[in-house]
Amino acid sequence: MNKEQIIEALKTIVQPYSEETSALAHIDENTDFINDLKINSANLVDIILDIEEKFNIEIDNDSMAKMLNVKATTEIIESKLEARAGQ
Amino acid sequence: MDNRVVITGLGVCAPNGTTIPEFSDAIKNGISGIRHQPDLEALNFSCQIAGKPELSDERISQYFTPLELRNLNSTGIVYGVIAGLDAWKDAGLAIENNDEPDWDSGSIFGTGTSGIDKFRWAINKIDELEIRKLGSSVVIQTMASGVSAFISGKLGLGNQVSTNSSACATGAESILLAYERIKSGQATKMLAGSTSDSGPYIWGGFDAMKVCTFKHNHEPEKGSRPMSATASGFVPGSGAGALVLESLESALARKARIYGEVLGGHINSGGQRGLGTMTAPNPDAVQRCIKAALQSAGIQAAEIDVINGHLTATTKDALEIENWKAALQLPPDHFPYINSLKGMIGHCIAASGSIECVASILELSEGFIFPNINCEDLSSEIKALIPEKSIPQTLIQQPINILAKASFGFGDINACVIFKKYTS
Repeated sequence: MNKEQIIEALKTIVQPYSEETSALAHIDENTDFINDLKINSANLVDIILDIEEKFNIEIDNDSMAKMLNVKATTEIIESKLEARAGQ
Repeated sequence: MDNRVVITGLGVCAPNGTTIPEFSDAIKNGISGIRHQPDLEALNFSCQIAGKPELSDERISQYFTPLELRNLNSTGIVYGVIAGLDAWKDAGLAIENNDEPDWDSGSIFGTGTSGIDKFRWAINKIDELEIRKLGSSVVIQTMASGVSAFISGKLGLGNQVSTNSSACATGAESILLAYERIKSGQATKMLAGSTSDSGPYIWGGFDAMKVCTFKHNHEPEKGSRPMSATASGFVPGSGAGALVLESLESALARKARIYGEVLGGHINSGGQRGLGTMTAPNPDAVQRCIKAALQSAGIQAAEIDVINGHLTATTKDALEIENWKAALQLPPDHFPYINSLKGMIGHCIAASGSIECVASILELSEGFIFPNINCEDLSSEIKALIPEKSIPQTLIQQPINILAKASFGFGDINACVIFKKYTS
């Protein structure tokens, strides 16, 4: 799965948590979950659970703390997918 | 100078009606909301019948966002939000997404326990070593104040927002707490009410205590029998009732419809002394509560037209009537009409008081006395205490002026509210 595909999947995942339709439509690497999408910080853990389910990966606490924007989140998903492929 | 407090909005989520028109029609016609519950039968409950509000997914989705609905597993919050928002709209108040909260409006919305199904799910996840799968929805649905938190967020309430809990007196207490807040000038409008979850995990403890009837599983609608010679325990119920309380000044200024006035009331406890225990009422405390409520309202016992009793359909019904009689001290053969809604909806635990207050306000504002059902065989003990004509078994259409509502709860606690028809 390439970066664009991951971002596309992320868009579907975060959509129910945000009411910022314009920011959602223009989601890219620079999008910040809290500042741009105005997602309630309490919901970030729910987004992580949805990501785990969608990509069939497990995200540790340290990685979780970094997943505040699309760029960091995409990188973490990529690395977890690679790690899984390498197993 | 104290504010006068009136009721300007009603909402209900009851086993026999989930809108005010539906509920009003049901209570006038003695329509039961008690049904057989296959889940209770499958779990070997002694009592396999219960009263549960019937709500479609479509109806629920009008009150919650798709995100809130995703992991929503708290029936009490669903009932409370529906009744609460309906009451707000019924009062002619807007639900706006404004930037600033409404500093003069608050809510006291009670419950016994919140989101018991959600709590069970969370406990199972934790025990399966999957704590991280809980997500963010467990705390907000299982904290006792979940229901008032959901309601206040939807309405943007900026005054006191709290959840009271006093067993089966919760609903009546919520109204008195809200009343006091407006009376003392600390708030202009308060959404008062209470809610109670459905299902085996909320009702199981009562079933095990053998306080629920096990004799009517084959005839659910006949099962809840307050004041009957064949009363054999209460039928569990669930739901929510909500009332918008408002200062008279505010209601008049915005030309709101006024359903009735809260004249006063009292809350007390028997301290589990004398005949009072964790589960049995101290009669002295019950009588003092009723007398203090009359005093607070500034009325005489003879002025009461109707009593909406607690009357759960256990052997304690006669004792309750004896307490009313002793507290009111009326001449022989003079006793107000008395009725119990529990014959139709069962005992909705923490929600009972608020649902029954909604029924009481409808009686006052529309001028009727709903029929007692399932007491065609009146208890002889009760017949020895008060005239049979005080216990109507068919609908009476007549104007009424003053209604007394009492609720009593485990822990030996009592609440009595006095309502009056509003006349300008």
